[in-house]
Amino acid sequence: MAVSSSILLPTPSLSNSKSTISFASSVSPSLRGVVVLRSPSSRRRATTVRSKIREIFMPALSSTMTEGKIVSWIKTEGEKLAKGESVVVVESDKADMDVETFYDGYLAAIVVGEGETAPVGAAIGLLAESEAEIEEAKNKAASSSSSAVVVPSPPPATSSPAPAIAQPSPPAAASDGPRKNIATPYAKKLAKQHRVDIESVAGTGPFGRITASDVEAAAGIAPSVTPPPSPPAAAAPTPTAKAKATTTTSSPPLLPDASIVPFTAMQSAVSKNMIESLSVPTFRVGYPVSTDALDALYEKVKAKGVTMTALLAKAAGMALAQHPVVNASCRDGKSFSYNSNINVAVAVSINGGLITPVLQDADKLDLYMLSQKWKELVGKARSKQLQPHEYNSGTFTLSNLGMFGVDRFDAILPPGQGTIMAVGASKPTVVADKDGFFSVKNKMLVNVTADHRIVYGADLAAFLQTFAKIVENPDSLTL
Amino acid sequence: MQSAFSLSFSQSSLTPPNRPLCSSNAAPRNLRFCGLRREAFGFSPSKQLTSCRFQIKSRRIEVSAAASGNGAPSNKSFDYDLVIIGAGVGGHGAALHAVEKGLKTAIIEGDVVGGTCVNRGCVPSKALLAVSGRMRELQNEHHMKSFGLQVSAAGYDRQGVADHASNLATKIRNNLTNSMKALGVDILTGFGSVLGPQKVKYGKDNVITAKDIIIATGSVPFVPKGIEVDGKTVITSDHALKLESVPDWIAIVGSGYIGLEFSDVYTALGSEVTFIEALDQLMPGFDPEISKLAQRVLINPRKIDYHTGVFASKITPAKDGRPVMIELIDAKTKEHKDTLEVDTALIATGRAPFTNGLGLENINVATQRGFIPVDERMRVIDGNGKLVPHLYCIGDANGKLMLAHAASAQGISVVEQVTGRDHVLNHLSIPAACFTHPEISMVGLTEPQAREKAEKEGFKVSIAKTSFKANTKALAENEGEGLAKMIYRPDNGEILGVHIFGLHAADLIHEASNAIALGTRIQDIKLAVHAHPTLSEVVDELFKAAKVESPASTTPQSVKAAV
Repeated sequence: MAVSSSILLPTPSLSNSKSTISFASSVSPSLRGVVVLRSPSSRRRATTVRSKIREIFMPALSSTMTEGKIVSWIKTEGEKLAKGESVVVVESDKADMDVETFYDGYLAAIVVGEGETAPVGAAIGLLAESEAEIEEAKNKAASSSSSAVVVPSPPPATSSPAPAIAQPSPPAAASDGPRKNIATPYAKKLAKQHRVDIESVAGTGPFGRITASDVEAAAGIAPSVTPPPSPPAAAAPTPTAKAKATTTTSSPPLLPDASIVPFTAMQSAVSKNMIESLSVPTFRVGYPVSTDALDALYEKVKAKGVTMTALLAKAAGMALAQHPVVNASCRDGKSFSYNSNINVAVAVSINGGLITPVLQDADKLDLYMLSQKWKELVGKARSKQLQPHEYNSGTFTLSNLGMFGVDRFDAILPPGQGTIMAVGASKPTVVADKDGFFSVKNKMLVNVTADHRIVYGADLAAFLQTFAKIVENPDSLTL
Repeated sequence: MQSAFSLSFSQSSLTPPNRPLCSSNAAPRNLRFCGLRREAFGFSPSKQLTSCRFQIKSRRIEVSAAASGNGAPSNKSFDYDLVIIGAGVGGHGAALHAVEKGLKTAIIEGDVVGGTCVNRGCVPSKALLAVSGRMRELQNEHHMKSFGLQVSAAGYDRQGVADHASNLATKIRNNLTNSMKALGVDILTGFGSVLGPQKVKYGKDNVITAKDIIIATGSVPFVPKGIEVDGKTVITSDHALKLESVPDWIAIVGSGYIGLEFSDVYTALGSEVTFIEALDQLMPGFDPEISKLAQRVLINPRKIDYHTGVFASKITPAKDGRPVMIELIDAKTKEHKDTLEVDTALIATGRAPFTNGLGLENINVATQRGFIPVDERMRVIDGNGKLVPHLYCIGDANGKLMLAHAASAQGISVVEQVTGRDHVLNHLSIPAACFTHPEISMVGLTEPQAREKAEKEGFKVSIAKTSFKANTKALAENEGEGLAKMIYRPDNGEILGVHIFGLHAADLIHEASNAIALGTRIQDIKLAVHAHPTLSEVVDELFKAAKVESPASTTPQSVKAAV
């Protein structure tokens, strides 16, 4: 997607209240449903060049947009499109925008009609390269349109985030057979925002309805800091719910003379990301890795400006290349995307803040270039000159506290990433080999946190094994 | 200021100055009447100078006539020159103007003076909205922080809020009553009905005669059938304004002015709101562009969801441990669509005329869906399509434009006619406002209406828009969200409609409505000066952004302004 949601903050101009943005459409081979195939594969592209039907996706027009409504199609089915022309007007939560095409071709089929809504990333139309392919695209649209407007489906069993805490059963409202879930307006809004499947939430509000706090509990986030003011002495029909709301939201009084320091922009961003991470079911797998060989290598290459960070990033990148699922990410709880690049973000503490400069293509760049790149990024981070893509394009994060003597720790998964690796200090450890001989080896503990919706225990274990092998035989790092 | 001006005109010569008529409390209410009073005269621009001078002169004469008393009818054969049935805002406006014109006037009220607007409508709702606006602001941490303010958790006392609303209604009601008493209007208590031509009964068996009669009985909340109102969990605006409870979840049936304003109040006080709208779009009746923007600001970010294209076919109040049940059917197919369970349902589906028991059969008048048919001069039309002499109907009861100030303007128009000056009220010059945060206001045609008219009559239509984002005062208030839009004729500079969504929009619309009423053209008004920095510059920008082909008129602006 060429449309980066973080950069585009649409502000509609007045004379024409629509702004224009472009969408990129990816080549989607006729095979449906295999997400992997969407990732750029040059060979495939070459072979399918005769039948190129592109999907037009619902673009992300703002950072908060989760779905968009088609206001109108400017072009009709069968109409020729030229690169840069407006094709469709999309309404987001913020504004209406013209969306233009990056490609020449024909608007073969409209999958999502005017007035309908589709989630960000869903196909809303098909673009055929030549007139001859319009028919084919139409057939394709017909076969897929039924599933195009995605109805939130229950997430797979493993992701059921609702903590099955025994809730006090709500005052049973006249048991009249199976009832459908009733959710309040704000609960629905929150569910959409936090991508919680409302059907899976147990309602604890009055009459068993799902309230905002139920959704917040299901999403694993703290109740919002600005609770609706509860009218005092109002004949409260729901004492339990009210009491719960007030106990959870009233923070202890501040000690006298405590100073209140508002968050800086960076702190707010960190806070937001951390809260968001609570909606992801994570688990952790630790692995001890011998570092004698790595330390030896480090001594050799240090003089050439190679840092330990670069070594670890390179090792991780190479291991990730062999285990693409660990480099994947899950954004909507319904699908996961294999990232085409291995971008290793490295957590850095700067002036009391935290930022994660990204070493792009860590598996492909050689050690020296990685080291050089890293120096550059750290310099930019210090002077607050990092560009957004230099800190938010990571697909995997590395966090190293080993230099402080920390032997093990546990990292929180950043939003949009599938895994994060926490690296502890390398320490001389007494180990017994298989023949029963003791020796002292340098060992470091790495602890990986992963999104269990997409990465399972065996995946992580295999990845860590590969990582350990690379670190223990680090010659490949310098190749 | 206008109010003080025109009222004191008649009053100073009449009553001791210590009457609370022009107390600051009365000012906002009266300001509105009198703004309209201006419009109601609707001079054509070419005659403006002369007719105005004449007007002022004649007014003076009549003021002194009025001073000679509201004592004797000019025609001895009647008890009164004018009897008004219904002392709402419409009746009040008519009565005041009638006295000013020297008519002996009586007003009959079967309930409380002030009618819907003062007791169960615009006035108490403004009190609630004043609270909701402040709550909203105090709760908006981001907004406060951007001012550098820190506010700890804002809370409210429901009874205190409710008292503010009822106190305001009482205050305004007293002001209204006093203003009529001060002028010598006879306030007759009892239910009024028409006995025959020029004959009215009130109370048990008091019969009076009048040369002219105005029916101004107003309206009551309209409750569609299938809905059971119990006044506690299924309520109308009458109950809601008492604010006896703030439910966790309230469904509002209807997303017009009333529904929107209450959604603003309830969400600010912590309720969640579900709108039920029969039409396919929320906020029908507003200019589409404005309603779209308003939805983004007033609906989407708040704790509100909605069902459109559905009727609430059945609403049962909460009882026996069950919540309020609302059956929704498709507005077109009538098929069952959904069942909602909420804590309270507010019925805001509009208002029905209150014309039962008026004795209309005595004069052979048949109501249409309850409304009394009238011509453009508010003269009542009987069952045979003929005008009933000396009988007029103003306000919600005739259904032309169900707004308090429209009723008042219609009443003034009628008084003008019965005192010998023909007058037709231009309803397109009557502004309307919805007091949400921010406010919505409009006057004249919407863009689709204007385009339809243009097509039919063969003229061109242009649109000018300005944003509150570009206004210094709005930005100083951190309230840059908003849009003003003007629909006009580029050939002659006529203003067809103005729609404003933004901070204090309701106050800003009058420059446009006055321009429409007085026939002022854009090329002239754009030369007028606005104080800087004020919100009024939003409207100024609008005039300046318009591209009009004809040049400014030769009349010097200063002379016009003096008029």
